[in-house]
Amino acid sequence: MTFQFLLANLVVTAGAFFLLVGSVGLVRLPDFYARAHATGKSDTLGVILVTLGLVIHEGLTLNSAKLALILVFVGLTNPTATHALMRAAIRFGLKPWFRKDASDDKEG
Amino acid sequence: MDKYFVYLGVVLTVIILIPLYRILRGPTLFDRMLGAGAVGTKTMVLILTIGFIFNRVDMFIDITLAYAILNFIGTIAIAKYLLTLKSRGKP
Repeated sequence: MTFQFLLANLVVTAGAFFLLVGSVGLVRLPDFYARAHATGKSDTLGVILVTLGLVIHEGLTLNSAKLALILVFVGLTNPTATHALMRAAIRFGLKPWFRKDASDDKEG
Repeated sequence: MDKYFVYLGVVLTVIILIPLYRILRGPTLFDRMLGAGAVGTKTMVLILTIGFIFNRVDMFIDITLAYAILNFIGTIAIAKYLLTLKSRGKP
């Protein structure tokens, strides 16, 4: 029983770490596409890990079945939403960010 | 064990407050929408944690499921609207 709670705490803490990585990437990265890259995958992995940890903590009940349903739903819909937003940005004409090196400064 | 979820709720609140910078200072509309989606995704986890703090998981799981569906539909609707915005010619 104690091992089960310890494992649940470990997995939930790992998920919270990935959520923190997604937030920091959303603030610090230079471009919309890079920000979508950071938050679209890190947030999905973080939510999946936190929900998996709560399933381990809950045991084998109806609540854990609903939590597994949330896990599958988030794993399907969060990348879909990020992809739709990114496709809208590309169709809109948003330019990607390039590093301003000395080699290609003729681009401006 | 309950104290762990209280600490997790505090940490998740701090994590939710970070993307508000991108919502306020985002250069384009897409950045703001991405930040709003990120805040919604993290709020789902916070609602689950609150359910574990108050020992009412069976009620808060349904709230979380409804919140996930609303967040997904809102983001898809805004993305479809921004796809139609291209034809007006505004950069």
